Amino acid sequence: MSQTADTKEKPYKPTSPNSKLDFASIWEYDPAPESSDHVEIKDKYELFINGKFVKPSKGRYFKSTNPATNKVLTEFAEATQKDVDSAVKAARKAFEGEWSSISAKSRGKYLFRLARMLQERAREFAVLESMDGGKPIRESRDVDVPLAAAHFFYYAGWADKLDYAFPGKTPEPLGVCGQIIPWNFPLLMLAWKIAPALACGNTVVLKPAETTSLTAMKFAELVKDAGLPDGVVNIITGAGQTGAEIVNHKDIDKIAFTGSTGVGKLIQRSLAGTDKKFTLELGGKGAFIVFEDAAIDQAVEGVINAIFFNQGHVCCAGSRLLVQEGIADLLIRKLKDRMESLIVGDPLDKNTDIGAINSEQQYETINKYLEIGVEEGADVFQCKCSIPDAGYFIRPTLLTNVSQANTVVQEEIFGPVLTIQTFRTADEAIEKANNTPFGLAGGVWTDKGSKIFKVGSELRSGVVWANTYNKFDPTSPFGGYKESGVGREGGLHGLSAYLKLN
Amino acid sequence: MSEHLEVLKTYKIYVGGNFPRTESGRYYKVFDSEGDLLANACLCSRKDVRDAVKTARGAFNGWASRNAYNRGQILYRIAEMLEGRRAEFEKQLSRIGFTKAEAESDVNTSIDRLIYYAGWTDKYQQVFGSVNPVASAHFNFSILEPTGVTGIFAPENSPLLGLVSVIAPVIAGGNVCVVLASQAYPTLSILFAEVLNSSDVPGGVVNILTGKKEELAEHFSSHMDVNALLYTDALNTDMKKMIDENASLNVKRIVKKNIEDWYSDKSQDPYLLLDFQETKTTWHPVGF
Amino acid sequence: MNLTDFTTSVPIDHVAVEERVSRLNKRSIKKGSKVQALKLALSMMDLTTLEGKDSPGKVIQLCQKAKKPYAAMPDIPTVAAVCVYPNMVKVAKDHLKGSGIHVASVATAFPSGMAPLSVRIDDTKFAVEQGADEVDMVISRGAFLAGEFNLVFDEIAAIKEACGKAHLKVILETGELHTYENVRKASDLAMQAGGDFIKTSTGKISPAATQPVTLVMLEAIRDYYYKTGKKIGMKPAGGIRTAKQALQYLVLVKETLGAEWLNNELFRFGASSLANDVLMQIVKQETGQYQSPDYFSID
Repeated sequence: MSQTADTKEKPYKPTSPNSKLDFASIWEYDPAPESSDHVEIKDKYELFINGKFVKPSKGRYFKSTNPATNKVLTEFAEATQKDVDSAVKAARKAFEGEWSSISAKSRGKYLFRLARMLQERAREFAVLESMDGGKPIRESRDVDVPLAAAHFFYYAGWADKLDYAFPGKTPEPLGVCGQIIPWNFPLLMLAWKIAPALACGNTVVLKPAETTSLTAMKFAELVKDAGLPDGVVNIITGAGQTGAEIVNHKDIDKIAFTGSTGVGKLIQRSLAGTDKKFTLELGGKGAFIVFEDAAIDQAVEGVINAIFFNQGHVCCAGSRLLVQEGIADLLIRKLKDRMESLIVGDPLDKNTDIGAINSEQQYETINKYLEIGVEEGADVFQCKCSIPDAGYFIRPTLLTNVSQANTVVQEEIFGPVLTIQTFRTADEAIEKANNTPFGLAGGVWTDKGSKIFKVGSELRSGVVWANTYNKFDPTSPFGGYKESGVGREGGLHGLSAYLKLN
Repeated sequence: MSEHLEVLKTYKIYVGGNFPRTESGRYYKVFDSEGDLLANACLCSRKDVRDAVKTARGAFNGWASRNAYNRGQILYRIAEMLEGRRAEFEKQLSRIGFTKAEAESDVNTSIDRLIYYAGWTDKYQQVFGSVNPVASAHFNFSILEPTGVTGIFAPENSPLLGLVSVIAPVIAGGNVCVVLASQAYPTLSILFAEVLNSSDVPGGVVNILTGKKEELAEHFSSHMDVNALLYTDALNTDMKKMIDENASLNVKRIVKKNIEDWYSDKSQDPYLLLDFQETKTTWHPVGF
Repeated sequence: MNLTDFTTSVPIDHVAVEERVSRLNKRSIKKGSKVQALKLALSMMDLTTLEGKDSPGKVIQLCQKAKKPYAAMPDIPTVAAVCVYPNMVKVAKDHLKGSGIHVASVATAFPSGMAPLSVRIDDTKFAVEQGADEVDMVISRGAFLAGEFNLVFDEIAAIKEACGKAHLKVILETGELHTYENVRKASDLAMQAGGDFIKTSTGKISPAATQPVTLVMLEAIRDYYYKTGKKIGMKPAGGIRTAKQALQYLVLVKETLGAEWLNNELFRFGASSLANDVLMQIVKQETGQYQSPDYFSID
């Protein structure tokens, strides 16, 4: 045999007797960090109210850390009742004034501007998103930021075409919208909220999550640069209390919330007896059903996308794998092999597949669920990948030997943790899939078209991914059945959340 | 002609295609416009709500999976049966104070309303569903699916037309319902149940209870297996708030419509049907 | 092991395969890991000339290149093999003597395979007799597409027998198989019939090697390994011209089959112009300067 490449320092291992693949490679990727030199993070961010950056009335700020290093990134202003009130007043004034007086076409053009400006500064936003929230740069660069820009672009086009959206009705904006978004897709959720609201002629007061406010404040700069009239977009930072002030503010016409089912229920309760409209996009416990006639290698990749995308911090994550008995062993074996090639670590490294858990609190929640899982009898598999010493990281995890009754099968873990159950018949799979108060998303994998339509129609969830998973698009309506929420975001259907139809 | 003593009708409730009495054994008196006793109506309890919801849930999958054409035919069939029994309805309406012309008009409009929604069953998917042009190699479409078990507080002052107008859009879209009839005029709702029962509506799709909203609203709104609740009368602030608060227990969809004039064409609306639909979006790859 | 019923197909989702490849292409290979991989790629190369106008002179020049890819850097690896037509095998063999570099020969009425089986067997035997260490055969694509799977299987087995000690690479000519399912089926068939390697293409048909096709074949190899413990080699051929592409293929191998396939006993590149780009990139990495083709011999 001819001379081989120089691999002396890392000789490859002999074949193990049980045909096990070896991913502890003789060839490891060197670090490939995305540069963060070109992004500027200020020491402190103020509130964005009425087109200006203003200090919080009580002068309080809270720290925000990079979850991958646990180092403080910056400080955000804490908006209290008075600040919420001035944001709502600014939004009201803009709604009754300039924003309503300009043409729908111009409204659309402002949104097109925002879309373009976001694209121009895409890399900066991606880097910031990864630093602030812990998500891998590959995702923030290829998913979060481009999709956010696409959302603005899509809804921009609707602004002057609303008359075509709802046959037989005359659409009108609602007024001032209070919007509260989560920490898992900070910029993308901002786009999902602000783009349709503005396209429909509303003004907004938006609060990002307290652990991930950075890109929202950067977005406020874009709003200024794009020349939107003052008060159309107001962005205020703070924690749950600030959110509650928004929900309870008397002069807000509509609340849009994305977050946990627990908080969603609290909001619905807080709005009781009022005539405020609301849409909720809440938790999920998506079933990922694999039949024995599925394209199994692609299904394995589907599982990886379903549960390890964004560290599993995804409301529509496919967190329950239901696999037909005949292929369960093979699929699990392949899945374990695939997991060994996942790279967990520095979110800014372009090769990182799984970044940092968003916060200490979430890190503890996930670990608590792992403990409960073990207590309830689950078997745990974690890949052998190395993880950094600092920051919050959790190895991709499988829990087998679990059943419907287990807490880890019932409750949303919101981390890189997949439960695996088997089934024998399609009916059994559907029954297990639907046996949950949630109804956000589900996956079905089979090579048989008729089975896809049958199982797809029986799943009680707002999204069905057939032979794919975790795909998003601005034209595609998204939202839940049952306790996973009310209303849809995205597509034509997403407009109705921001319109009165007379 | 020989003497005939009128046989008085017993008005019971309608659950699962049967006419049981309330499990509570309670009743309340219902009077006609002259103040004479019209009926001893069932005063339903929390347990009747429970039983009706259970029955409705059992009927849901079957009804939701009926094809649209079939649901349309069944709604049309209800209209046919109502037409055939219009005399009884007109008589009953006149006993509660409708003039002859009003009663006739109420029945006519009720029949037309059923036909209106019968015609929507196989059209709303096309008008409100969509194929979504996603920017990837996937075929993506959104269809509408019924929300599930729906509670309905029927309009208090329009015991036939109002009742028909709230039931029809809900069931046209494949939902099942538990209806609390007009408290003052429940007899029309039970007559209508007889129409339903003699049409082809499967048992359990429409369930009708009689009783007091003050007592039952709490149970309708807090029931974890009720997915949506519709009412069209203005409720007092406390009750409205209580209903909304209870709804948050299971993220129930509360649909409040302020409809006063049921004769107006504006009170019939596919968007009312749409309020009880969930959008389901399906993705599939496109390739060889 | 039970023989597979080749009338059924292993389902493969077209879109998902391509998504997986596009995700793998996002791996960023930098610094030391890049140099290591480039050298590895060079060591995996089957330096190829398959033209009607091939002459001993041309083949001798190719052998020189194989032995000493870049004179200025004597420590870089040689390629794995030189790949020629059967009547050039002897020339190559003579000129590679003692180098450790294999001679691979295409055979079986390459590239079409449109000759009687007896002719194809003789072609194979001739190449082996001339000294070929490796034989690259083509399958009967016409028969495959007509559903005559057993015929294709038997032909591969017959050629394998004719190879004797020479290693057999089975060219599926994936550009003519149209679907990933067919690629998968042909892979399974070739492995079970005795192929030591499965190879994408002749280089005479477009498309030649693609990454999605390679991924499907690597997954077939993986499944065969799961079932039998036997390691089959993989050779994408044709259309791979740049170092960047070569690195992408190596990522595919690394993340599908792992470390044990990252050597030239189990992975090869069939290419004629790839070597120079790989060399240029190695020199660039080591000197820090971008290179010009003028400094690299074109053989």
